Amino acid sequence: MGAPTVDASVDRALDDAVLDDAVLGDGSRIAVIGGGPAGSFFTYFLLEMADRIDTHLEVDIYEPRQFAQPGPTGCNMCGGIVSETLVQNLAVDGVFLASDTVQRGIDSYQLHTDVGSVRIAVPNDEMRIGAVHRGAGPRDVSEPKWISFDDRLLSNAVERGARVVHARVEEVGRTPDGRPTLTVKGGEPATYDLVVVATGVNTSILKTFEALGIGYERPKLTKTLIREYRLGQAAIDEHLGTSMHVFLLNIPKLEFAALIPKGDYVTMCMLGDDLDAALGDAFATAPEVRSVMPPDWDPDAKSCQCLPHINVHGVEKPFADRVVFIGDSGVTRLYKDGIGAAYRTAKAAARTALFEGVSEAAFRKHYLPVCRHIQSDNSIGQVAFVLTRVAQRLRLLRHVILAIARDEQEGGRRPRLSGVLWDMFSGSAPYSDIFARMVHPALVVRGVLAMPGAVLRTFRGAGGVEEVKA
Amino acid sequence: MSEAALGRFYIDGEVVARQGEVGECLYVVQDGEVEIVREDGDAAVVLRSARRNELLGEMAIFEHRPRSATIRAKGRARVLTLDKRNFLRRINEDPSLAFRMIETMSRRVRELSDQVVELEHALAVVLREREGESAESVTSRVRG
Repeated sequence: MGAPTVDASVDRALDDAVLDDAVLGDGSRIAVIGGGPAGSFFTYFLLEMADRIDTHLEVDIYEPRQFAQPGPTGCNMCGGIVSETLVQNLAVDGVFLASDTVQRGIDSYQLHTDVGSVRIAVPNDEMRIGAVHRGAGPRDVSEPKWISFDDRLLSNAVERGARVVHARVEEVGRTPDGRPTLTVKGGEPATYDLVVVATGVNTSILKTFEALGIGYERPKLTKTLIREYRLGQAAIDEHLGTSMHVFLLNIPKLEFAALIPKGDYVTMCMLGDDLDAALGDAFATAPEVRSVMPPDWDPDAKSCQCLPHINVHGVEKPFADRVVFIGDSGVTRLYKDGIGAAYRTAKAAARTALFEGVSEAAFRKHYLPVCRHIQSDNSIGQVAFVLTRVAQRLRLLRHVILAIARDEQEGGRRPRLSGVLWDMFSGSAPYSDIFARMVHPALVVRGVLAMPGAVLRTFRGAGGVEEVKA
Repeated sequence: MSEAALGRFYIDGEVVARQGEVGECLYVVQDGEVEIVREDGDAAVVLRSARRNELLGEMAIFEHRPRSATIRAKGRARVLTLDKRNFLRRINEDPSLAFRMIETMSRRVRELSDQVVELEHALAVVLREREGESAESVTSRVRG
């Protein structure tokens, strides 16, 4: 990576007079670094809104990868879940997710513990969550049957008029009048009116922005482990169906794990401390996991594995004059619905840039509140996940959870816990909302009432699968 | 039509939303076709049909009134449901979500205006043929 062309002192010296023209108008040039969901959403909505006000903008998306390529080179390394909220928002926005992209609609979650399982279904038996591959699929895909989610979104942006530059940005700088410049390998610096950083966190370009002296500091990260297993569509239909399988297992260092059924593959997704392949093997060989997968499944026969980083604490200042950070490189939701957070931050940045300007002041006033809202909700999410961890450690609590869910189903009671579990696993509601329902007195009372039975079952042992409506 | 896609399958003639019910959600057609039918006793008039990516039932978002027409599948169709309460919360966070809905309603007002004009012309022709009135006086009489 090269050094910035103009140093921090020059950047600070930019006065308000220079930035008075920090608005987008006809012919303005915008660079988007990263053609994943955040970059594509930003571009799509920016150009759509600009079209509504008869403004012509030029957008270059810098994306070195070819998402239509199977294997790691075309993949953005993620579980590949499009949340219920995002599915609905995109439907309203007119961004159509066709069945050539959504490999499997998800209509339920199955929570698996060592003391039994519960199926939590959505009302109306409707497929409300989309399972996708970010790229064209694992490395052993020879002829992709489905279109990569990222490729689909990027195509939408291109149809709106964006240009894709298949090159990696290697240098970032500024012109004397404060406009950002980008340089690709072997190229000349290109000047823009706005640079949008939508790279995710698994890239070194963020260091370059940090060195630019614009107040940007990279987010705090943790690792995830993602594996793909090829089972074939028929086996997935039979054994995993249209449910996402979530596991609350007392395995050291494991915080959360799920099996996500796709078209021909199952994606294993894990969160935890010091994740490594050994922890992945420990999970894959757990009896609760084996019971979900086909009997002849070989946990060692994985098609792909990666250990990407995710953002667990967003940046304090995801913007500067004529620069804005969206998606994972800025602020995202804790553990869940990263694509949904990319959508929210991308749209907020696009609205700000087009209608309020591209100065630091404009982003502070109009973009930062959206980021802060996500961050403060994440703080509540931390507490909610602590409760999940307690449930992971306490067998008694796992019995209580299953008992309440059973009671909600058989007694036809209001599905308080089922709704909490659904939203917690699917990322469909803000954590503040989930937490408020989690500690609702009526649910607490149900918990207390379920305790004696749970104590008995803890000592006797119990299992089985129950189905409840979210 | 893929079994795995988003939304819910409806078979031919199956009702997605019924006229007279209070609307608590809106719909987006994912695949196939649905028709919007106005029922009056035993009579039913198909007002129009809707295809992939069309938004339906949006009046429920703005009015606390029973649905004005029935939505039913024409052939096999897949339809996604959007909850009114959650949707309004999202519009509050992101007002631009209302753009497409306003566009949809604007287009329908335009289509209805065109239909009114067409009906006026058709009626004028019928009356003129029957009674020999001038087109202007028929139009004036029709508009009251």
